[in-house]
Amino acid sequence: MANTSPWNKTLAKQGWYKRNEIAITPWLFLLPALIMFAIYVVFPILQSFRISLFKWDGLGSLATHGEYVGMANYEKLLTRDRSFNISIWNNLKWLIFYLASIPAGLFIALFLNQTVRGIRLYKSLFFFPFVISQIVVGLVFTWFYDPQFGLFNGIIGFIGFEPINVLGDPSLATYGVIAAGLWPQTAYCMILYLTGLNSVDPEQIEAARLDGAKGMRMLWHVILPQLRPATFIAFVVTIIGSLRSFDLISIMTNGGPFGSSRVLSFYMFEKSLSEYGFKMGYGAAIAVILFLIMMVFIGYFLWRMYQDEKITN
Amino acid sequence: MFPKPIEKSSRAWQLGYQVLLPIVMLLWLAPLLAVALFSIRPDTDFLVGNYWGWPSSFEMIKNYSMVFSSAMPRYIMNSFLITIPTVIGAVALSSMAGFALGVYKFRGNLLVFFMFIAGNFVPFQILMVPVRDLTLDMGLYNTKTGLVLFHIAFQTGFCTLFMRNFIKALPYELTEAARVEGIAEWRIFWYVVLPLMKPAIAALSVLIFTFIWNDYFWAIVLTQGENAQPVTAGITSFNAQFRAMYHLMSAGSIIAALPPVLMFFLMQKHFIAGLTLGAVK
Repeated sequence: MANTSPWNKTLAKQGWYKRNEIAITPWLFLLPALIMFAIYVVFPILQSFRISLFKWDGLGSLATHGEYVGMANYEKLLTRDRSFNISIWNNLKWLIFYLASIPAGLFIALFLNQTVRGIRLYKSLFFFPFVISQIVVGLVFTWFYDPQFGLFNGIIGFIGFEPINVLGDPSLATYGVIAAGLWPQTAYCMILYLTGLNSVDPEQIEAARLDGAKGMRMLWHVILPQLRPATFIAFVVTIIGSLRSFDLISIMTNGGPFGSSRVLSFYMFEKSLSEYGFKMGYGAAIAVILFLIMMVFIGYFLWRMYQDEKITN
Repeated sequence: MFPKPIEKSSRAWQLGYQVLLPIVMLLWLAPLLAVALFSIRPDTDFLVGNYWGWPSSFEMIKNYSMVFSSAMPRYIMNSFLITIPTVIGAVALSSMAGFALGVYKFRGNLLVFFMFIAGNFVPFQILMVPVRDLTLDMGLYNTKTGLVLFHIAFQTGFCTLFMRNFIKALPYELTEAARVEGIAEWRIFWYVVLPLMKPAIAALSVLIFTFIWNDYFWAIVLTQGENAQPVTAGITSFNAQFRAMYHLMSAGSIIAALPPVLMFFLMQKHFIAGLTLGAVK
């Protein structure tokens, strides 16, 4: 853009840097970020791919202490590891049920999108669960489910059910943790939709009202199409969040009971850094598989964003 | 506005809504309120099974001062010493990178931009073994510096996405006019673009503060023990120390959650502006 401006003729007589200032400056500005990003993000991804081909306990360097085993880690994971199977299925459960936070967030946003007195404070209080750390959310929900004094069992006892030890039951533990995860995630989706609703075109609503549209039909045909950017972001953050789930599982069940609430991210951590010895190569192989699963989604998101970029540029 | 403004409906609806609002809010926050209630109970209430009744006495000061006489203040201090340098570093790096990607057209611009976005989405686990190894090799394992360096690098992805989009939306004529005046490029960054980025810097700072404060995974991968661990990791050892003493564990959790909550309430506008970036076109 600026290269074509007539000033460059006068610049030509100046030093090399001055002449190439426009071409060099962006790279100088990018350099610190690129270096940090390369060291801590790009290279580690490649290294993990390499480590996953070794049997390595993390002591000494990979080259001297690691034993090259080719695809053996992957073979074992995909054919003989029951825990891996459970983890993958739990990841799928997370992926599906976590998405409930999107309609739930929309619902609360519609409920709160009013202008009564004090509504701002209500909106902030509803958003509250997203601000506190997942560790505290995990603790809060562990106590919420506690069979002895938990609020949850207080409620179901009140309706007349026997107390349930949600987190102690292998068939329920994962759902219990997902429900805890839905709490902050719904708050996140809610705030996305509240912002989206704020910028919905009032003229289109009035026009649709004159045409007799209201309620669900109005929502579906007039409002939701205008909320598409918010919905897209809600999908991105919820899907990524569901595959990243770690903190809640670590705090609430520690993968148990009997490993029934593990997901890939937790299983990987357990294999690599557990008290049963460090299996870095095996852990790296789990991480690579999780990475490849996520790349499918990341690839799609990036493609969508790229399409938008092409339009705006 | 959608749904229909409540003022335009009947009096009964309006009243119903006003009554419903606090009830729904209390239900929504019930798990948290329960913990707040626990944190002001005396320990004897738990022994006699008085979990939900009126507290037999209010021990707020006693319980919370117990928390402050444990290792908790140490962990909180660590959290600040990790979070604040990370915010400064990530904002600095991403302002520069965002400026480069938002103002200049050059080959590879979009490629670099999308690399930053992609990096921001990757699962932590793929980085875990090599980053832990690298940190050990640099002698930074179990130090705040090791944690800060990683956080800066990783957050740069998200921050650059944010900054670049913000700068791209600034009027293009500004930088062009400065160039016509013959101002050096770095001066354009410092005197023209940076002052306009204040809202973006504020929004990112609160957001990153909250993200880093709440980080748990990297805290347990890169640190151990009370001289470097932040409060998210510290709370688990705190809880191990006071096992089954629910009044103290509750008070500890509330203390650990407080700084980002205060940050949010003080800087609400910026926080939400940052979080909902891209939710509106």
